[in-house]
Amino acid sequence: MALAIASREVDGVVVLDLSGRITLGEGSVQLRDSIRDLIGKGQTRILLDLGDVNYIDSSGLGELVSAYTSARNQGATVKLLKLTKKVHDLLQLTKLYTVFDIYDDEASAIASFK
Amino acid sequence: MESVSEVEAAADELASEAGLDEDARFHITMAVHEAAINAVLHGNEYNPALHIDVSMENTGADLIFVVADEGQQGFDPGHVPDPSAPENLLRGTGRGIFLIRSLMDEVHFRQLHPGTELTLIKHLAPADGGKTDGDVGTEGG
Repeated sequence: MALAIASREVDGVVVLDLSGRITLGEGSVQLRDSIRDLIGKGQTRILLDLGDVNYIDSSGLGELVSAYTSARNQGATVKLLKLTKKVHDLLQLTKLYTVFDIYDDEASAIASFK
Repeated sequence: MESVSEVEAAADELASEAGLDEDARFHITMAVHEAAINAVLHGNEYNPALHIDVSMENTGADLIFVVADEGQQGFDPGHVPDPSAPENLLRGTGRGIFLIRSLMDEVHFRQLHPGTELTLIKHLAPADGGKTDGDVGTEGG
């Protein structure tokens, strides 16, 4: 399944609910465009809900990193919510777990932006 | 990229038939996916005239996957920067080979003329010796 992205706003934080795969050709570009679009609109608080992302490859991991760095370079913040075991394991393996702010529950994640 | 999906699905089927659990199957499909992507993207440089050649087998002791491209680009596995090093952590690319090496038990590179061949191996013997799948080779006991 390709990547589906739904957007909602909670207390000034844009939450992107992602579901499906973030891989080369199946989601990487969509994710990049969504983040770029949000930052272009002046959104500075972005939370990526990865609870329904069942597969991510090196390209998808790179896209998460690029989202993080491009947001940071433009004064915005990208955080991660609800990692599946597969995504969690890959972030640990690649040590990207140390880069991102990661939360298990949405309320805590939203509160962390304040 | 359809070919990559097909390769990935075939690898998953082989791993499933070998009785591997979901984590091991994920590791295998991910490594094979990365190897196939590398072959198409970096090996063949997206040239539609070039092919990737993939074979896979269950030897009983191992699952072996061989992925070869036809590209002119040589590949030196000794010169791949470690993406988990602090200075490389924020790079947007360069994690494919690292993932392949991390997720498989053995990875071998061979230079073809032209092309590069990767052999990925997952050992089937249980690492902890604690889990067996029953009746293989136990007849007549």
